Amino acid sequence: MPALKAPLTVEFPFTRSLGPVQSAFLTGLRHRTLLGVRTTSGEVLVPPTEYDPVTAEELRDLVEVAPTGTVTTWAWNPSPRPFQPLATPFAWVLVKLDGADTALLHVLDAPGPDHLRTGMRVRVRWAEERTGAITDIACFEPHESTNKHEVSVHRGEFEDMTTLLTAPARLDYTYTPGRAPTDYLTALADHRIVGERCPSCQKVYVPPRGACPTCGIATAEQVEVGPSGTVTTFCIVNIKAKNLDIDVPYVYAHIALDGADLALHGRIAGIPYDEVRMGLRVEPVWTDGARYPDHYRPTGEPDADYDAYKELI
Amino acid sequence: MPPTPARPVRDVAVVAFAQTDHRRRTDELSEVEMLMPVLHQVLDETGLRTSDIGFTCSGSSDYLAGRAFSFTMALDGVGAWPPISESHVEMDGAWALYEAWVKILTGEADTALVYAYGKSSPGSVRDVLTRQLDPYYLAPLWPDSVSLAALQAQALIDAGDTDERALASVASRSRADARANAHAQVKGEVPSGDYLVHPLRTTDCPPVSDGAAAVILAAGDRARELCSRPAWIRGIDHRIEAHSLGVRDLTDSPSTRLAAERAGAYEVRLDTAELHAPFTSQEVVLRKALGLGDDITVNPSGGALAANPIMAAGLLRIGEAAARIHRGESDAALAHATSGPCLQQNLVAVLEGDPR
Ligand SMILES: [Zn+2]
Repeated sequence: MPALKAPLTVEFPFTRSLGPVQSAFLTGLRHRTLLGVRTTSGEVLVPPTEYDPVTAEELRDLVEVAPTGTVTTWAWNPSPRPFQPLATPFAWVLVKLDGADTALLHVLDAPGPDHLRTGMRVRVRWAEERTGAITDIACFEPHESTNKHEVSVHRGEFEDMTTLLTAPARLDYTYTPGRAPTDYLTALADHRIVGERCPSCQKVYVPPRGACPTCGIATAEQVEVGPSGTVTTFCIVNIKAKNLDIDVPYVYAHIALDGADLALHGRIAGIPYDEVRMGLRVEPVWTDGARYPDHYRPTGEPDADYDAYKELI
Repeated sequence: MPPTPARPVRDVAVVAFAQTDHRRRTDELSEVEMLMPVLHQVLDETGLRTSDIGFTCSGSSDYLAGRAFSFTMALDGVGAWPPISESHVEMDGAWALYEAWVKILTGEADTALVYAYGKSSPGSVRDVLTRQLDPYYLAPLWPDSVSLAALQAQALIDAGDTDERALASVASRSRADARANAHAQVKGEVPSGDYLVHPLRTTDCPPVSDGAAAVILAAGDRARELCSRPAWIRGIDHRIEAHSLGVRDLTDSPSTRLAAERAGAYEVRLDTAELHAPFTSQEVVLRKALGLGDDITVNPSGGALAANPIMAAGLLRIGEAAARIHRGESDAALAHATSGPCLQQNLVAVLEGDPR
């Protein structure tokens, strides 16, 4: 059976507080001002950190450095990846800005690797729209200039300080569930529910994951379970989840399908939410063309005896 | 004065090691399905059952497969009933082994099962690894792992520590040695590829791998019962450097050197080193930092250039070094694991076999 696959996208925006030093640096970028921080030994760190990377001392003495600098190492990237600063081939560079003692990582817009060398002179190309982020530096560009620059003390105060940073990220995956879940999902699309029996403890797991979590050994023997089952426990959901097309309140339950030794999760419908109870007998309902049950509804049978399902709660 | 390594309070050894065949993709297997065979193999080798194991520790990362709490699913392959003592690190399994070693040193366990796995095929590893970077100054630029390694390689070339030909020879030696490793993914003659990110060619970079590894640790006499030639852990230490690449000297690895000193690497006559150097240029840095001479066999397994299941590749180095001691091919071996961009974090373990 060919492995199932589906696209899976993970997206997250992290909002972070910047703190005094990073706030000053990133706000400075918005104002086309480059700030560093001076350590107690007199070194100027750009980009600045709140604590000395060697001594861990708190650092607050901001200074302004130049928008020109020297490349300390480089790497030519012929095929830019999604989200990287330039869409055309570019160089990654570490740049020691004039006045700084440490290097900043960014990208350099150059025609090709033959135009690059360690020690070359560059300057900042500012982004048209600046938001208080490292990407306010659009890139560096080659620029002949001397590296004479006196750093000047800077208060790090601007009119409208950027104090938060939102870092959106998106990662694209191809999800493959593995052998046992593939078998389960394939059967499910066929309106059959299959579990797997552990060869050691004989328990039937549904949905199967290919291993008995108790014995730690592989399971392979398929067992058809259900379709009817018993509600072992449940809860009433009163808050509507985003993008969920189900009216609240609704009931979410653990359902022990007949023949299974583990309860699975499902929504109960076809009965008022406040009449759902432990022991209620239910069966899956597939909507047209669905690969999985939409919900479970009462079968109309008498309730199961507590003793019949108490081990599965 | 160099720091004096502290002698461990108990003798602890790697007594069993197993690994999967590492492959570019394993679509037909879930993480637990990929992992379970190696768990069974180390248990079978020692005759232990899960219930005999004092402590279990694993290393993996949710970001590889894009699944939350994936390590809890992997635990299904261990068998956690009756209840076991278990822990997980969102790091390479070498750090899980460190935690297990400490647990045994405290006397709270006499045996430990350590495993690690990485299923990289679902995502794009180069992009995924950007998410471990500083979120303020680095991550918004999406500098991928190959690009960062290439910056380090260029710094080494500028410093005169290596050149592209020397890097190519590291690649070809590693993949030639991998011929003898049934589990390796890339082996034999590999044509020198195009620049992936200059100055690194595809051959200078590790393959993207799915794979898993497991080891069993045991203390004292228990180790002797379980293994005819235990690989005694003389010391382990791990150190980290500043996160910002621009404040580091990328041509050196002081954290590796310090970890090696503290682990006692300079107190023994090493014959083997398994270095976790996913990029050819990183082997140059590590050899220099550790002062390894030509008399030491480096990465006879082929190393991470032959198979690089992220989160397991460091544990594999310890396992490979231990297995050479088990087989009598080594008497004293150094195993190294790294994490983070451009060798930011480094772990060194020193393993020794009983005198023959
Ligand atoms: Zn079982």
